[in-house]
Amino acid sequence: MDKSIHTVMLDRDKCKGCISCMKRCPTEAIRVRGGKARVLYDRCIGCGECVRMCPHQAKLPIYDSFDKIFDYKYKIAVPAPSLFGQFNNLKSVDLILTGLLEIGFDDVYEVAVGAELISEKTRKLLESGKLKKPVISSACPAVVELIYMRYKGLADHVIDLVAPAEVALKLAREEAIQKGIPKEDIGVFFISPCPAKGFALKNPVTSAKAVADGVLSISEIYLKLLPVLPKIKEVKKLSKTGMLGLRWAASGGECLGIDNDKYLAADGVENVINVLREMENDALSYIDFVELGACTSGCVGGVLNVENPFAARARLRSFRHRLEPMKNALNVDEYDEEFFHWDHEPEVKDIFRLDEDFGMALKKMREIEEVYSSLPQLDCGQCGAPSCRAFAEDVVLGETTIDKCQQLKNENK
Amino acid sequence: MSEALHLEFEVAGNNFVSAGGASDEVKKTLKMLGVSTASIRKVAIAMYEGEINMVIHAGGGRAIVDIYRDRIVIVLQDNGPGIPDIDLALTEGYSTATDSIRDLGFGAGMGLPNMKKYTDEFKIESEVGKGTTVTMVVNFV
Repeated sequence: MDKSIHTVMLDRDKCKGCISCMKRCPTEAIRVRGGKARVLYDRCIGCGECVRMCPHQAKLPIYDSFDKIFDYKYKIAVPAPSLFGQFNNLKSVDLILTGLLEIGFDDVYEVAVGAELISEKTRKLLESGKLKKPVISSACPAVVELIYMRYKGLADHVIDLVAPAEVALKLAREEAIQKGIPKEDIGVFFISPCPAKGFALKNPVTSAKAVADGVLSISEIYLKLLPVLPKIKEVKKLSKTGMLGLRWAASGGECLGIDNDKYLAADGVENVINVLREMENDALSYIDFVELGACTSGCVGGVLNVENPFAARARLRSFRHRLEPMKNALNVDEYDEEFFHWDHEPEVKDIFRLDEDFGMALKKMREIEEVYSSLPQLDCGQCGAPSCRAFAEDVVLGETTIDKCQQLKNENK
Repeated sequence: MSEALHLEFEVAGNNFVSAGGASDEVKKTLKMLGVSTASIRKVAIAMYEGEINMVIHAGGGRAIVDIYRDRIVIVLQDNGPGIPDIDLALTEGYSTATDSIRDLGFGAGMGLPNMKKYTDEFKIESEVGKGTTVTMVVNFV
C-alpha cells in the first residue's frame, strides 16, 4: 500500500508551522519540521482530526474532483446516508436521489442498502456464537487501522466484514452489468463523508481489488445539488432503503440494526481509544457488540460533510420515522461468503516497536526514560514533537536532537 | 540488575478517572518492546485489576514494575487496611466492596482471582492495619 498517497495533504503555503494539528493527532503522527507540519504516514489512521483542528485550512482532505465522473459513460452515484442529513426540511430521500440524476449521474445506488445487508450479516454471525466477544464493528476504516496499528491484541475481535459502501458499490456495478451496460463504460462513485472511507475503497486495504472508480465529497455534491433541487418537478421513486440503513449515518445506528441490547457505541477518536483500552483490560466482557466511529456523532461528523454533526443528526431524525424499518429486497444468503467478508487483514506495520531485538529495544526504552526525565515535561510542542515523551522517543530513535528542546535551552542560558 | 527497565507509578485513591493509568503506560511500553500480544493481554488484565483494587480498598498505592528480557515483575504496594483472610479473598465471587462501589460496576469479587489466573507467579503479603503487597510475574511467550 502506498502510504504517501493518503487521506490528507498539506497546503505548504498556508501551513504556518503552528502546533494545533500536531497536539491533537490521536496517534502522534505529526511533527513540525522546518516550520511545516509533516505527517508520518506510517502512523496516520486517516481520522481527519488535523483537518478539523487546523486554524489556517492548510490540511486538505483528499478526494476526487466531480469532473472525474465524465470519464465514464454510465455513471452511478453511491451516496453515504450522511448526505441526507445535510438538507433542511427534507421530505424524502428520493428528492436527493433524483437530484443526483439531474447533476449528471445515470443511476443511483444507496450505501444504506449495503448497510442493511451488513446489519443482517452481523446479526447472523453474532447469533452463530462463532465470534470472539465483544465483537468490534469494522465499518469505520480509521478505527480498523487504529486497532491494527496500536491495539493489535484486539484485532481478533474485529468482525471481518467489508464496509456497507463496499457492498453497495459492488451491487451497483453488478446491477449495471446485468442491465447490459459494457463493463468499461461503468463508473461507480462513492459520495463520502470522510477521506478515510474513500482511501479504503480506492486502495485494497482489506479487499482483493479496489471497488470504487472514484470517491467524491459530500460537500462538493451538496453544492452541485443546491441549485437543482428546487427545480425538480417530478421526484422519481428511487430509494431502496429503510430506516435501518439510514441510521448508520449517526453513532449507535449500526447497533440498532443488530437486534441485541448488549451493545456499546462510542464516537470521537479519543472516546474510541478509551474503549479500546478498557477492552484490553478485559473490562467490557459483558458487551456483545461494540460500534466505534472515529468522528464525533459518527459518520455525520466526517470532515467532508457540510452541516455540523448534531444538526445533521437532528435532520435525519426529522424524516426517518416516515420510512419503513427495512426495505431491503435482497437476501444475504444468496451471496457468496466472499461478497461480505474481507479478502485479507489490513497490513499494518508494527511501527511502534523500538527494535527487532528485544535486548536492544529494552536498552532504547531505558534511554527514552532517561531522556524523558531530563526534559521539563511541559509538552509545549516547540521542539516539533507533540509531547516530551514523543520527543524523547524521537531523540533516541535519531529523528531529532535534544538541542531542539527550547525549554532546556532557555534554562541553560 | 542493569538489564531491566524499571518503572514506578503512583496510583491515586478514590479516583476512578485516572484508574488504569499505570497499566496503560505499561501496556504501551510492552508494545514498544515488541512483547507478544498474548503476554500483554495477561499483564493488562492482571495489572488493571490490581490497580482498581488499590483504588477501591487501599486509597491508592504504588506500582513498581521491572521488565526483563523474559518476564515482567509487577509489585503493587499499598498502605491500606490489609486483608484479614487471604484465602477467602482469593475465592471467586467473594467481595467486600461497598454498595456505592458496586454501583460503579466494580466489586464483583473477581479481582484477586483474575490477577492470580492471568499471572505465572502470584504472591500476596498482607498485614491488617499496615497494608498489602502483591507481587506478580508474567513470563513472556
